[in-house]
Amino acid sequence: MPGLSGRMSVVIKAKISKLLDRAEDPGETLEYSYQKQIELLQNVKKGIADVVTSKKRLQIQEESIRQQVVKLDTQARQALAAGQEDLARTALERKNVAQNELQSLDGQIADLQKQQEQLTDSEQKLKTKIEQFRSKKEVIKAQYSAAEAQVRISEAATGVGEEMADVGLAMQRALDKTENMKARAQAVGELEAAGTFDDLTQLGSGEDDIDRQLKQLSSSTEVDAELEKMKAELGTGSSPPAGELGAGAGGDSGARQAGDAAPASEPSQGSAQ
Amino acid sequence: MIVRIATEGQYELLENDVEALNELDNRAVAACEAGDEEQFSQVFQEMMDFVRRNGQQMADDRLEGSDVILPPPDSTMEDVRDDFTGEGLIPE
Repeated sequence: MPGLSGRMSVVIKAKISKLLDRAEDPGETLEYSYQKQIELLQNVKKGIADVVTSKKRLQIQEESIRQQVVKLDTQARQALAAGQEDLARTALERKNVAQNELQSLDGQIADLQKQQEQLTDSEQKLKTKIEQFRSKKEVIKAQYSAAEAQVRISEAATGVGEEMADVGLAMQRALDKTENMKARAQAVGELEAAGTFDDLTQLGSGEDDIDRQLKQLSSSTEVDAELEKMKAELGTGSSPPAGELGAGAGGDSGARQAGDAAPASEPSQGSAQ
Repeated sequence: MIVRIATEGQYELLENDVEALNELDNRAVAACEAGDEEQFSQVFQEMMDFVRRNGQQMADDRLEGSDVILPPPDSTMEDVRDDFTGEGLIPE
């Protein structure tokens, strides 16, 4: 039989025949085979623990980035209220990057959750098969002649062996995925350590390398839209709907509210009189 | 006939179902040889659905080897290119 089925069953059969050749009497073969099965079951447990650990790590990272998003949003508002539109924009760009990161983390966590459930199912299935093998083993040892026992052991071992190979495959795939995620989580961690999502108030007006990279990462239309929305909420901005701000557009006074600007002009009028 | 979907489990199919599965197998091979990824995914998914729909899930305590082992359900054409060429998973 060609293909995966071919390759897989060849591998399984090779492993099983090696296993059966190892011992001279069927009783010993059965015990050895059973030991191997128990070992694999332990490995599956370890694999599941690995997946759970990776998932927890991502969840912690997710929580930390979620807090950064809130912080960057607050900083953007503060910067805008203080008339520092460039700083607000930078904060929003970083927030945008952080939000994209959150979204991808969400997907990864869901993926790991699925892997975990699948492996737990597989573990259960393998456990049942091993249990079945254990009781069959006792029957074979007690009831059959050596020659007949060989045939029956081979049958039973193929059934369990295939299940073991399959669980092994599922586990390998799950571990490959967690490896990829670990690498990514580390990259995000480094980005965080480099201060990418950190306090912006320490940042001058100068644009550094990280900012330029972030600008490329974040979608400028999204940032623009959010900046406009924020301006509208704060009642500031270059394009107010009612046009009450007049000359304030784009200038420094754009950061102040229209209400502030009006009383400020009155005392100066009063003192002139 | 016992069919395993790798990473999912074993299903017992009636002998009559083999022909239909073989037909899908041939279509998967054709799509793979033509390099038609979209067509391949569709046929491959049909294969999975066919086995799940027509097969009886095998009890966990049965110890039997499978006649055919299908690749994991989330496989791409690239993953299984070697399996779906020539005679495919099910030889004529």
